[in-house]
Amino acid sequence: MIETPTHTTEPIVTGSSVLGVQCVDGVVLACDTLASYGSLARFQRITRLHQPAPGVVIAGGGEYSDLQQLFRITDNIFRQEFCQEDGYELSPRALHSYLARVLYGRRSRMDPLYNSLAVAGKGRFLGCIDLYGTAFESEAVATGIGALLALPLIRKQWHAALAMDEGVRLLEECLRVLYYRDCRALRSVQVAKVSDSGEVLISEPYELSNLQWKVAQAAEEV
Amino acid sequence: MFRSQYDTDVTTFSPQGRLLQVEYAMEAVKQGSAVVGVCSATHVVLAALKRSFSDLAWHQRKIVPIDEHIGVAISGIAADARVLTKRMRDECLQHRFVYGDAMPVGRLVHLVADLCQKCTQRISRRPYGVGLLVAGVDESGPHLYQTCPSGEVYDLVGMALGARSQSARTYLERHMDEFSSASREALIRHALWALNETLASAKDQHLSAENCAVGVVSIGDDMRFHLYEHEQVQPLLDACAFPKSGGTATETSTEQAPQNVTDSDEHHDATMQQDTP
Repeated sequence: MIETPTHTTEPIVTGSSVLGVQCVDGVVLACDTLASYGSLARFQRITRLHQPAPGVVIAGGGEYSDLQQLFRITDNIFRQEFCQEDGYELSPRALHSYLARVLYGRRSRMDPLYNSLAVAGKGRFLGCIDLYGTAFESEAVATGIGALLALPLIRKQWHAALAMDEGVRLLEECLRVLYYRDCRALRSVQVAKVSDSGEVLISEPYELSNLQWKVAQAAEEV
Repeated sequence: MFRSQYDTDVTTFSPQGRLLQVEYAMEAVKQGSAVVGVCSATHVVLAALKRSFSDLAWHQRKIVPIDEHIGVAISGIAADARVLTKRMRDECLQHRFVYGDAMPVGRLVHLVADLCQKCTQRISRRPYGVGLLVAGVDESGPHLYQTCPSGEVYDLVGMALGARSQSARTYLERHMDEFSSASREALIRHALWALNETLASAKDQHLSAENCAVGVVSIGDDMRFHLYEHEQVQPLLDACAFPKSGGTATETSTEQAPQNVTDSDEHHDATMQQDTP
């Protein structure tokens, strides 16, 4: 009897949620800068956002080494595309599909990359992929526990005329809620903005302000 | 055909710097029945003359849809063409599966070219004896490409391959200024007119719904390759208003050779060699 390898079915160093929202003039992604070792907030200034090419940003949670590997894979296919030298470029949608195939292929080999990803790109593209290769596009995405805690908040406040600055404020509010309630979240966060024309702005890590810990008391009283 | 001590394998250069086996493969392309391709700013049209090798047989297929947005016209050894077109279909499907998107035409053509080139550098291989006219659209617009057994690729506004195709090329060269702004109907007419030039007059051949196929693909909302065969071709032929005689007067008729015979039609080869790119 061949033993099934199990070392890849348990993540060790992990990132938490990633949030994304489509706005009227672009797409916004946000996540914190923490990679936890179990419940220990081990690496507090790592980046989980990555820009592999002009006009594309991917962000991910889950096993951090697998995430780095996915970033390398993405860099690689963009490099290969560049070397074809034929003027075609890989669209964000094509990258989204490609990564979904990679993740699905790995999970089918019982050797999954333990991540969930959000892909944002020019032309207002926003998509989401999980470790099984499930992939979809949506005007609002959230991975990990953010899908439970943040997504309802984003959907509630989302409207078709949402500007990118409003989008950033909306995601900051969600990150605040996640910091209150997700034990693997951090106060230090990063935001990426991808405009319709493909201009990418990834912020330096900054601390969330206006944290109200009085809610903790309220939660205890319930 | 002359014989040379340098033409027994594909990898040995002649003292003149030529690969004779590859050149012979290029000759096989000229034995096939004629195909024509024209490209405007919005459309690409393929037209082909189909042969039947016996009165008892159906006419052979000359235009093959590859994917929703790409079709090819073939000239040369049909069996080789089948292998190449099958590979092209597989690649397009693979591209759709991985990227969720249609394959860029240029990518596909260069892939085929690499495949052809490999056959010119290995002693154990035989070059594909087939030339393809590839018509397709992608994000960068409409494209018409030609591939050769040598592995070369040409990006074109108009081209004709196959038997007696020189007269079609002459027609295309004469009218090439009109192509870029031509409407769909006008472009189809140009393609069929050019194809009509390749007919042998003495045999009293004419283009008909049986022996003719047309493929059209365009940019815009549709972006699909449409193939017209049999009775669907008739309206397109009717719109052309060919002169009654058909074909050019300069060509003398020869028995049309089946596609995989490479030693007939020698006097045609002599006239066509000069315009091999």
